[in-house]
Amino acid sequence: MTPVVLTFYLFAIACIAGGLFTVISRNPVHSVLWLILSFLSAAGLFVLLGAEFIAMLLIIVYVGAVAVLFLFVVMMLDVDFAELKGELARYMPLALLIGVVILMQLAMAFGVWTTADGVSIAAEPDAVAGGGAHNTEALGRILYDQYFLLFQLAGLILLVAMVGAIVLTLRHRTNVKRQDVLAQMYRDPAKAMELKDIKPGQGL
Amino acid sequence: METIILFAPLVGALICGFGWRVIGEVAAQWTATLFLFLAAILSWVTFLTFDPFAHEGGAYTVTVLRWIESGSLATDWAIRMDRLTATMLIVITTVSALVHLYSFGYMAHDDNFDDARESYRPRFFAYLSFFTFAMLMLVTADNLVQLFFGWEGVGLASYLLIGFYFRKPSANAAAIKAFVVNRVGDFGLALGIFAIFLMVDSISFNDIFAAAPELAEKEITFLWTTWPAIELICFLLFIGAMGKSAQFILHTWLPDAMEGPTPVSALIHAATMVTAGVFLVCRMSPLMEFADWTQSFIVWIGLITAFFAATVGLVQNDIKRVIAYSTCSQLGYMFVAAGVGVYSVAMFHLLTHAFFKAMLFLGAGSVIHGMHHEQDMRNYGGLRRKMPYTFWAMMVGTLAITGVGIPLLYLGFPVGFAGFVSKDAIIESAYAAGTDASIVAFWGLVAAALMTSFYSWRLMFLTFYGEARGDHHTHEHAHESPMVMVAPLGVLAVGAIFAGMVFYKPFFGSDASVDKFFGNMKVEEHALAEDPVSPLMLGAAHAAGEDGKEHKRAAQVPGQGAIYIAEDNHVLHEAHLVPKWVKLSPFLAMLAGFLLAYQFYIRRPDWPERLAENQRYLYNFLLNKWYVDEIYDFLFVKPAMWVGTFLWKKGDGATIDGGLNGLAMGIVPFFTRLAGRAQSGYIFTYAFAMVLGILVLVTWMTLAGGN
Amino acid sequence: MSADLNIILPEIFLSIFAMLGLVVGAYGGKDKLAALFVWVTSAVLVATAAWIGFQGAGTGRAFGGMFVDDGFARFAKVTILLAGAAILLMSESYMARRDLLRFEYPLLIVLAIVGMMVMVSAGDLIALYMGLELQSLALYVVAALRRDSVKSTEAGLKYFVLGALSSGLLLYGASLVYGFAGTTLFAGIIEAAEGETPLGLLFGLAFICAGLAFKISAAPFHMWTPDVYEGSPTPVTAFFATAPKVAAMGLFARVVHDAFGGVIGDWQQILAVLSVASMFLGAIAAIGQTNIKRLMAYSSIAHMGYALMGLAAGTAQGVEAMLIYMAIYVTMNIGTFAFILSMEKDGAPVVEINALSLYSKREPMKALAMLVLLFSLAGVPPLVGFFAKYSVLLAAVDAGLAWLAILGVVASVIGAFYYLRIVYLMYFGADESELDTGGSGILWGFLIASAAAMVFGVVNLFGVEGAAAAAAAALVN
Repeated sequence: MTPVVLTFYLFAIACIAGGLFTVISRNPVHSVLWLILSFLSAAGLFVLLGAEFIAMLLIIVYVGAVAVLFLFVVMMLDVDFAELKGELARYMPLALLIGVVILMQLAMAFGVWTTADGVSIAAEPDAVAGGGAHNTEALGRILYDQYFLLFQLAGLILLVAMVGAIVLTLRHRTNVKRQDVLAQMYRDPAKAMELKDIKPGQGL
Repeated sequence: METIILFAPLVGALICGFGWRVIGEVAAQWTATLFLFLAAILSWVTFLTFDPFAHEGGAYTVTVLRWIESGSLATDWAIRMDRLTATMLIVITTVSALVHLYSFGYMAHDDNFDDARESYRPRFFAYLSFFTFAMLMLVTADNLVQLFFGWEGVGLASYLLIGFYFRKPSANAAAIKAFVVNRVGDFGLALGIFAIFLMVDSISFNDIFAAAPELAEKEITFLWTTWPAIELICFLLFIGAMGKSAQFILHTWLPDAMEGPTPVSALIHAATMVTAGVFLVCRMSPLMEFADWTQSFIVWIGLITAFFAATVGLVQNDIKRVIAYSTCSQLGYMFVAAGVGVYSVAMFHLLTHAFFKAMLFLGAGSVIHGMHHEQDMRNYGGLRRKMPYTFWAMMVGTLAITGVGIPLLYLGFPVGFAGFVSKDAIIESAYAAGTDASIVAFWGLVAAALMTSFYSWRLMFLTFYGEARGDHHTHEHAHESPMVMVAPLGVLAVGAIFAGMVFYKPFFGSDASVDKFFGNMKVEEHALAEDPVSPLMLGAAHAAGEDGKEHKRAAQVPGQGAIYIAEDNHVLHEAHLVPKWVKLSPFLAMLAGFLLAYQFYIRRPDWPERLAENQRYLYNFLLNKWYVDEIYDFLFVKPAMWVGTFLWKKGDGATIDGGLNGLAMGIVPFFTRLAGRAQSGYIFTYAFAMVLGILVLVTWMTLAGGN
Repeated sequence: MSADLNIILPEIFLSIFAMLGLVVGAYGGKDKLAALFVWVTSAVLVATAAWIGFQGAGTGRAFGGMFVDDGFARFAKVTILLAGAAILLMSESYMARRDLLRFEYPLLIVLAIVGMMVMVSAGDLIALYMGLELQSLALYVVAALRRDSVKSTEAGLKYFVLGALSSGLLLYGASLVYGFAGTTLFAGIIEAAEGETPLGLLFGLAFICAGLAFKISAAPFHMWTPDVYEGSPTPVTAFFATAPKVAAMGLFARVVHDAFGGVIGDWQQILAVLSVASMFLGAIAAIGQTNIKRLMAYSSIAHMGYALMGLAAGTAQGVEAMLIYMAIYVTMNIGTFAFILSMEKDGAPVVEINALSLYSKREPMKALAMLVLLFSLAGVPPLVGFFAKYSVLLAAVDAGLAWLAILGVVASVIGAFYYLRIVYLMYFGADESELDTGGSGILWGFLIASAAAMVFGVVNLFGVEGAAAAAAAALVN
């Protein structure tokens, strides 16, 4: 057992365990932390495959941004997950049964796994990257050349996501005070204040 | 011209039936009537100018359109014109035109409808015209399917007109009865047509007639055994004829059909539609001539009907029913004639009968109209001064139907009213045919003639003579009918008097004259000049049969001419040579009937009642029409009702409705509730369903996959 | 490259139009422009439909076969574009009066339609997924467009979460297929998957089918449909019921024939099961509904069952029948939703079926049109809806799936009940309906036009048959 294989199993087990505990842990904050472990393990697996660029992306984007955002949201919302899970628990035995059945069937499928003629599972990491090029270069070739259409479509999807977020959340409130720089600059002190002379005893 | 004759009534019916809102009621009625008169005039022109020898086979065909083409069945809608068709055309269109005219008066007011709000007259005229069209379809048919179409068309028109007073339950029942009883006959007719198509592979008359001789050799397997094909076919066709022509067993609908307005009775149930059966048998004469057994069956049925209907007619009190049974009886005469093989004589009687029977009905209608729709003769009496025209018309009709004439006088034709000539011809033919059946028929028909005379005179005496009976008020208001009703009577009277004498030669004169008239074969001039009956009928006639010279008639090709007379069929010739007492017998029977009626209803009006008292059982037997209706009720109607009720309540109601309702109202809502509960609104339920779905799919793939 | 771009020119055009619209909207008049946008967008969609429709025959492949432009895709695209344009036109006044007419709305619809166009043209599993997500994401947003309403938000959220689950299933299936075939291109998969199929590939197929079944709302992946239909603003519901269904059906057909054409026997079983479940569930569950939008949801589930039946036949005839069915289904639904959109009482929308009681007395013309549409939906001859059902049943029978056809007939008999119930209410209901009369001319026009199409289409189905036959021939060969 080479160190590479040993590391692979370490990361793989950590990844699966992280996913499992994300689901079953009682405290939502713990769930998010388990999720981060899972992400990190996945990044480790990418490194083992020689795809260090993607590994770094995973850490920066998912761990650094997404997961932390999750953590904030979960901590701020204070959702009683235990209650929701109580409802879920009623279905747990049945769900477990179904899960086991599907799992067994998938195991059967993997047991007799074959590939089509002329297709082999890549043994060398380099086979994916191709020709000893840099990670980023290989990715760039795929994204901007072979998968140009898909890349652009992904862009469209992100655009829709952004538009959607704005449409669903942005509100133009009319009675909220906003800063208007021009108005501030052109402010005339003379007009800002009016002095009234009030005679004593009369009031307004 | 043939096309115009055929379609003028249809156009009239359509304009009258659908267009009356546009052109107005009166105009609609006139349209229908005028179209009919047009058809009638053209029919006479056709009849008089028709020369069978101008066309090959004695007939010609006018194709209207291609109709049905399916496999080897190729049918045109075509008009076959031959002497038979031409004869029927004048009968139908003439009577129909007169009935249309008559209906202006008869239908002027009707208590069954609300004059102010309902327009029943255009409907009536449209039905009449439509009937005429269907009847013309029937007689002009060039093949059996077209004939069947017309056959059912007249059945429909008959149904509509019998049930014209749709508010009267009895009229509706009568209409249904007529329709249902006719179905029995039509079933036979349809089977007959199928059998012909099976054997000949064609339904065109020309092909069928040409195939007749070889058909006589063939056999056919039907039901449990094999039959001679020709007998089976003819028998089945005759079943159809029995239904339409109200022959015994299938006669029950005709008396009830009198529920319809009287003009309808005159047109459909006396002059035209009911004779369709006779027409069919004559039309199929090339087949009938080969079917000896069926021929004698026809004689028997005709005889029984003639006799039976006459007996029932003796005791009926409803004026229209008397005439209805009389019609039934006369149709029996015609079938006897057809059965013994003298088709021309059957057609002869059909023609004369159409005139005098239509007149009797229209006369009766006139009486009914004048007596405010009173139909019971026991409430008439002494009407001859109140309605003189009607009286004289009825008198002519009665003289015609009872067969008044001068016996043994022969001026190239017998001298007498129409019925005298044609009925005597039938009776003489029956005697001359000489088979067992026909000898019985001869005696039976003479007896029927006696009874015919009796009930006809009974009708006259009860209606027009004696004291006024019944409602005093009605009698005071009794009146002569308007001219539109009397005029048709006058026209028909001419026919009733002269039709027999005028048409004696072509229909019954001699083999040669009949063959020439119907276009059966070329005859030579000297044969035409020969008359089997010597001028004064003083014995020489009979001697002619005994002078040892055997009568010879050349062989006729089936399909040549309008009717076919087999080579060995000499009945027509022999009929002229019967003994003198045979010739006298119907006249004597008529005389006896008249005297009896005179005795019973003029001299001793108390006799009928006393006789009825004495012979109670016989009287009831006749009054109840031999209990045929009751027997049918027991045999068919009750069991059918029982089966129907059973299937309705238990079969349809409990089993089918119950099952479906149980399914629709029990199980489906159950699943609906189930589906509603599954739709809980919780996402995880939905997700759960999806996971279940994928589980099912994956499991399915595991179990059934890869193959 | 330029040849590739040429082929996807309509998609590029629509995307650029949407982006330009966003810029103009954001920096220009914002929602004040929305009405104008709706009209312009409809015009652009119709123009694009015409452009694609008259583009001519032939098959073009772009980007190494990831994007296929053939007769089948064109037929589906024209249907989608026209349906989208029609729904946009119908929604304008409704959305405006409920203060929902945001300028993003027509543009999101355009982007969704771009996704659908990619879907029906997909020649690659990833392209398939991209098109699907582009469409779905836009739909999630418009479902929740009425953000002040709990129901609308709930609809969007449910749709989103379950959609994510279905995407997961689809992706998992795609990965299994990729693992077997070593390629995501359909052209490669069909070469690899021929004859004996290993269990792994079958699982992949099953998962992909499940993901797609969710998009066409086939039972048992239909659960989102009634809630989303009910919660979404009605014009959005109308849109859900039409264009995305065509796109998803088209995608389904493309996947099973282009990628799995060699193993028809395997997916035929899946589709038959989905079809039967959808037909019966749609028919049975709709009976209990009192909300006409929920009812239409179940109606669409049942109709998808029939369309699937055509697809399950596995023949060109089946695909043709499916396309005809979808075209007719879309036409019927446009009319029906035009009617539902016009159901108002004192200006507020009404969705209760009971409100239609004796509607025929108030609006005889509209009631009659609705009657025609309902009869057509139920498949009553001689209306066009009957011929739609007839063609799929015939295809199933010809393909040896007589049992499926018989079940289809049984389900249609059950389903006729709830359509006829509405007719019964409209004509023989208990008390007079209090719905407003009159209403928008556009809705009236679409309603009448759709009903008229159901009647006059019996002559030759407006030539759809020939186009569908050509489209089916392009897909199945």
